[in-house]
Formats: sequence, structure tokens, C-alpha cells
Amino acid sequence: MSFLNNLITGISLGSVYAIIALGYTMVYGIAKMLNFAHGDIIMVGAYVIFFATGSFGLNPIVGILLAVVVCTVLGVVIEGLAYKPLRQASSLAVLITAIGVSYFLQNAALLLWGADPKVFTSVIPEGSLPIEGVNITYVSLVTVLVCIIIMLALTWFTSKTKLGKAMRACSENKDAARLMGINVNRTISMTFAIGSALAAIASALLFSSYKNLIPTSGSLPGIKAFTAAVFGGIGSIPGAMLGGILLGIIETFAKVINTNISDAVVFAVLIIVLLVKPAGLLGKTIREKV
Amino acid sequence: MAMLNVENINVYYGAIHAVKDVSFTVEEGEIITLIGANGAGKSTILKTISGLLHSHTGSITFQGENIGGIPAHKLIPKGLAQVPEGRAVFLQMSVEENLQMGGYTRPAAEIPGSLERVYAQFPRLKERRRQVAGTLSGGEQQMLAMGRALMSKPKLLMLDEPSMGLAPILVDQIFDIIKELHRAGTTILLVEQNAQMALSVADRGYVLETGRVVTTGTGAALLQDESVKKAYLGG
Repeated sequence: MSFLNNLITGISLGSVYAIIALGYTMVYGIAKMLNFAHGDIIMVGAYVIFFATGSFGLNPIVGILLAVVVCTVLGVVIEGLAYKPLRQASSLAVLITAIGVSYFLQNAALLLWGADPKVFTSVIPEGSLPIEGVNITYVSLVTVLVCIIIMLALTWFTSKTKLGKAMRACSENKDAARLMGINVNRTISMTFAIGSALAAIASALLFSSYKNLIPTSGSLPGIKAFTAAVFGGIGSIPGAMLGGILLGIIETFAKVINTNISDAVVFAVLIIVLLVKPAGLLGKTIREKV
Repeated sequence: MAMLNVENINVYYGAIHAVKDVSFTVEEGEIITLIGANGAGKSTILKTISGLLHSHTGSITFQGENIGGIPAHKLIPKGLAQVPEGRAVFLQMSVEENLQMGGYTRPAAEIPGSLERVYAQFPRLKERRRQVAGTLSGGEQQMLAMGRALMSKPKLLMLDEPSMGLAPILVDQIFDIIKELHRAGTTILLVEQNAQMALSVADRGYVLETGRVVTTGTGAALLQDESVKKAYLGG
């Protein structure tokens, strides 16, 4: 039964990675940049929920909504201030800026909220489903359900709505999208908004399971979710989901064998995938135009 | 007053001075062609008119309004559409989604009617409406790119090398469609390397060399012009 329990834990952790990976992959798909500050947005979301529910005693749902609003605004502001001026710059300049934004957010959090770990209170009731022999916590259950809902909603959004289609058009060919009358800058902002809102939701789920919250808490899950996005094929929404869930399962089983090596295993997976299939599991090999 | 008046524009690609003091006009109802060799600056001129690039000097007037410096996405609703070089259809989107993107700035209620008109013009696209654009042939992609531009109901349609990479029979088809669109009242600015074809349909033409206009005249006159013949018509 412990195999099944570990699998459930892995799928649940992987669902969180998947939701975070969606933010990486959507932003990469449209802006062709890696937003390394994405993990730190999760950390900010977690602090917002922590203070909203802890210090102000608000309902967890209100806390999550507040985090969604704060993270969305933060994501759009970061994009406008730090990344938009670099639209024509080399990708290295953008990458370094993203790392800079990441450090900025971590240190701002350190200044505002201190280095002492905060103990996050789960936004989902503790306990497990009353099933004999298997341990499915409510947190795991809700996490997986939320992940499925987000996946379905995003699939509907990108295939059926005007803005979703405009995003796909922008990610394929920005100049052609401009010639359709699409405001590419605004579409990129919207993508950051969606990715950051998802990060806020991910923060509620992640810290409901892993409760220690410090200013660098978002960094490692962020990098792992990035690994998941690359694993699944960066730029691909189903790829982010698949990569996230597989990575969660791999990490959980690696922990069973040896807690110390689980992170090493996760990154080894990234290296192997990049060697064998550089475009990722569901990634498309991009033909360079000549 | 001319529909489009380009006056004395200069455009740089980084350090390259791609367009030098170019001026020309397009009257309502005309087909105007810009011909010239690869690198003469033809595509750069179209991109500058459509707002993807900007000129450092001069002015571009469309229907009496100075449109220099206005970004591309704001020009589409004014009636300016461009079929980009190399077609640039959205390869991972379906034919119909591509066409819907063409009507992006128009009210949703008008889209079905426009789709039907484009499908009537290009029955092939209707047959393949659910197909992903990346699976279309070159000729079909060109039709899709033209249909997509028509979805915005342009007053001025700019075409960048529509014959590029197409078999001769398809080139004929594409030019038949251009003539048809013109008869239906669309003003056309056509950039071509296939000077023979372009001049035979055009009311007037401008010949470009390394970023400058070197000769201008009616399509028929340019077809007979000795220097044009020598440089572009293989004789």
C-alpha cells in the first residue's frame, strides 16, 4: 500500500509543479523568455495568504483571492517595469534581469517579513478520506482536482476564446499577429497576469502541504517547476501538466529511497531529457525559417 | 487626394540604410507595384507603411491622416492590411482560426458573414477549414494569408511577394485573384520580384534599386522600358 500512498503524494506534489510550470511555459511560449522570478511570486502569494488568514483572521478563500489579486498585479507590474523595456534586447539580458527580479523579491520579502520561518496554516481542512488502507489527504485531493480544473479551463481558454487565440497567434509570429490588429504588448501582459494568478493558487496548495515559509521558499519549487516545463516541452501547456506530474512522482519515489538525493534525481532527469529529447516530451521541434 | 501618400521616407535596419528618400502615391482604385531585386528595400517599405517599422524622416499619409509612427495593430481598423512576406500564416492554428484572427478588430457579429465571403472567394479554404494551416500547400497558404487579410475589410491591401516559391500555375491563380479583388474595388499595393507579372496587372509601377526609386511609369510603359527589360524581365 505504501506504493499507492507514495504515488498519490507524488501526483499531488506534481499537480502543484504542473500549475507553476504552466506559468513558466505560457510566458515562455509568448514572450520567449524564462521568468525566473515566477517562483518568488509563489512565495509572495504564500505570505499574503499567511497574513490574511493568520494576522487578519480572514476566511482562507478570501485569503487566496487576495493572493490572486496581489500576484496578478505584481506579475503585470514586473513585466511592465523590468521585461517590457527589454523586448528588443538579447535573451541573455532578459534572463539576467529575471534573476535580478527574483533576488529583488526575495530580499524585499526578507526586509518586510524577516527571516524567521512562518508556519503556514493549511487552507484546506486537515485529514484524509475515510478509505481503508490508502491515505488520501484532503489537501492531496483538492490539489489534484484544482490542477485538473485549471488544465481544462486553460485548454478551453486557448482554443475557444478570442484572447486565448490571440495568445497562440502571438506565440507563433508576433509581426503577423500585429498585422491582425492584435496588441502584442497587452497580450504579453495578460499572459503574465494569468501565470501569476496561477502562481497564487499554487502557493495555497503547495504551502498547505509543505508548511515552512521563508523568503526563499518559492525558489526551489520554482526551479523544479521550470524543470517540469522543460521536461514536458517548454511552450506546451499539456507538456507542463505531464512534466509536472511526472516530476512530482519521480521526486516522491526518490525521497522514499533517500531523502538527500531526491533533488539531485529531479535535476538528473532534466539533464537526461535534454540530452535525449531536447524539445521535451511533448515539445515541438521548431523549424528555423531560412 | 491620393489614398496613400508616402513622402521622403528613410528606414534603417540596425546600421543598414534600407530605404532612402522614397516617395510614391497610391490613388484609390489603383494597383500599384513596387518592383526590384532582392534587397532593394521593397518589403521594408511595406513594413514601414503597416507600422511594423518606422521612418526617421518624411511622412506617410493614409486617407488624409498622418499614420507615421502609429503601431501596426492600430492601423488595421483604419483599413490597411498587409499580406506579409513568406505568408506568415499561423501554422499551428486551423484555417478558420487564421481567418478569425484576420477579423480580430471587427465586431464578432460581422465575422460569420466575412468568413462566408472569403470562403466564396477561396473554396479550397472552406474545404480545409478545420485543417491546421501548417499542413496546407504553399499555394493554399498564400490563399489563406490573402483571405486572412481580407477578413479585416481593407481599403488598401498590401501584398508582399505573393508569388514567392509558387509553381507558375499557382502564380497565375494568385494574380487572377488579385485582379478580381481589384475589380471588386480594393486598392492594391503589390511588391514583387516577378516584375513581368506585377507590371502586367499594375496601373503604375515604381522600380527600386538599393533603397531608392530609380524609375516610375505606367505598368505598360515599364514593361517596354529598355533598362527595366534588361534588369528585371530577362531581356
